[in-house]
Amino acid sequence: MSHSASDPVPPSPPAIELVGLTKRYGDTVAVDGLDLTVHPGETLALLGPNGAGKTTTVECCEGYRIPDAGQVRVLGLDPRRDGRRLRPRLGLMLQEGGVYPLARPREVLHLFARFHAEPADPDDLLERVGLAEADRTRFRDLSGGQKQRLSLALALVGRPEIVFLDEPTAGLDPAARRMTWEHVRELQADGVTVVLTTHLLDEAEELADRVAIIDRGRLIALGTPDELTHADREELTFSARPGLDTESLSAALEVPAVELRPGRYVVHGENAPRLISRLAGWLEEHDVRLGELQAAKRSLEQVYLGLTEDASAPSGGDPSVEAARREVEA
Amino acid sequence: MSSDLHGADAPAPRPDPPARARRGTPLLGAILAQAGMELRLLFRSPESLLVTLGIPVGVLVFFSVVDVLPTGDERAVDFLVPGVIAISVAATGLVAVAIQTAFERKYGVLKRLGGTPLPRAGYLAAKGVAVAATLTIQLLLIVVLALTVLDWRPAGGALVLPVAVLVGAISHTAIGLLLAGSLRAEATLAVTNGLFLVLLVISGVTFDPAALPDALAAVGRVLPTGALAEVVRVGASGGGLAVGSLAVLAGWGAAAIGVASRSFRWEP
Repeated sequence: MSHSASDPVPPSPPAIELVGLTKRYGDTVAVDGLDLTVHPGETLALLGPNGAGKTTTVECCEGYRIPDAGQVRVLGLDPRRDGRRLRPRLGLMLQEGGVYPLARPREVLHLFARFHAEPADPDDLLERVGLAEADRTRFRDLSGGQKQRLSLALALVGRPEIVFLDEPTAGLDPAARRMTWEHVRELQADGVTVVLTTHLLDEAEELADRVAIIDRGRLIALGTPDELTHADREELTFSARPGLDTESLSAALEVPAVELRPGRYVVHGENAPRLISRLAGWLEEHDVRLGELQAAKRSLEQVYLGLTEDASAPSGGDPSVEAARREVEA
Repeated sequence: MSSDLHGADAPAPRPDPPARARRGTPLLGAILAQAGMELRLLFRSPESLLVTLGIPVGVLVFFSVVDVLPTGDERAVDFLVPGVIAISVAATGLVAVAIQTAFERKYGVLKRLGGTPLPRAGYLAAKGVAVAATLTIQLLLIVVLALTVLDWRPAGGALVLPVAVLVGAISHTAIGLLLAGSLRAEATLAVTNGLFLVLLVISGVTFDPAALPDALAAVGRVLPTGALAEVVRVGASGGGLAVGSLAVLAGWGAAAIGVASRSFRWEP
């Protein structure tokens, strides 16, 4: 997935550059001063809970939204002003289907192919996304997964330089998810820049070169999956009887120990073997039987949950951004 | 956290993106493909076929054969054909376009198309091509049917008819798009069907408006469909171009285009 640091970095201009991107819907701030750069050929995952501002961010790049403040550059162009020049180079997959209910997959794909000077072969693409057999089915009668796959094919048929995938695997069964991931990997191998939004951690970890964690319109973490799960942030989880004196334990371990829920404890520290030996000593001293013990690198999930929980703790009241958007634009 | 935010440089990118030769949009081909799609979908929808072909032809045949409507001193068919031509234009330009476009907006089709290289003007041009093709089929069917089976004998209008239909189609399509771009799809459906019924009754397209109260008849004449019927009827009876009614018709179109260009919403 990610490349070794010794690879030379060519001085190519960024595929996408966001500077202080801000977008409000009425009183709701959907995106709040976002700075983000996506490099050519890179796959960036925008990860965050629902209503975090992922879709709004992507739609500002696609030219659907006018930012209230800040700058958006996609392939060096302004998505609103230079849309005519930009759109032939982009491939979009929106969250909602956006296809004529009575149209059939093959004819829609052929239609979109006609919008491009040098499209991919629609029939071949239909085959590759596994829709050849659903060829005669009208869009409204396709399954949710088939609709998603057609949507993906529509994003790819123009052989784009940048592909935006908004929740590309939402509602897909595991096999269809795998297939979508395979398509993303093919894009990566072709040097295509991919921006995908997801709230699925494994998807971000699996596909992305870098993950941008967004919450309440703010960028709260950015890095490769490895960086975010930092090797020096090891942790120890163990189970024992509830109500241990974690203060005494923390003192003995010289790092904080926390009771996550009754009988379940977590210790963050750097040197797992030393922690284990001290933990074992403390448990013996206090005559506590040890249940499970696990030493692991932090998972992206723990990073993500930790970050988004912190961020959502203080200010109360989170009106859905999407609802606010509809209200404002109605 | 700040080191995570700003310190993380991107990994080295993958090999350079493949060079792309031509990135332009084949505009004419795109418009024709889009128009072809719209036409196919129109003919795939029984409701649309009923409105665009069933009702006009049904009205023409039924009331030509069964003499129940007051049509003044003229033969029923001579009165009816111009009215049915106006109904056809209203059915295709206003009703079918409004409903089809409103649901395209509701289902996000307009938004999705907006993200393709097909420009909005190209989309509207495709809509125009589809309307023109549908109207050509309708009018050929009606005129041939009237001339051969129903023994229609117009005294003129070969030049007036195309002008009237062109202006009428633009005006009615503009009103249809105005509704589709401002109302919810369900509201558009209700409003256009109601409007169609009102136009049928008070615009003097199916019977002599002299049978209506004067005030109602006057309203009917200044509505776009009534004005169009008047232009066609005067032309077909050898009276040349009814400039006043044509101006009313064009006025509706200009107003609808003016409002729609400001208020049209492309997103659901």
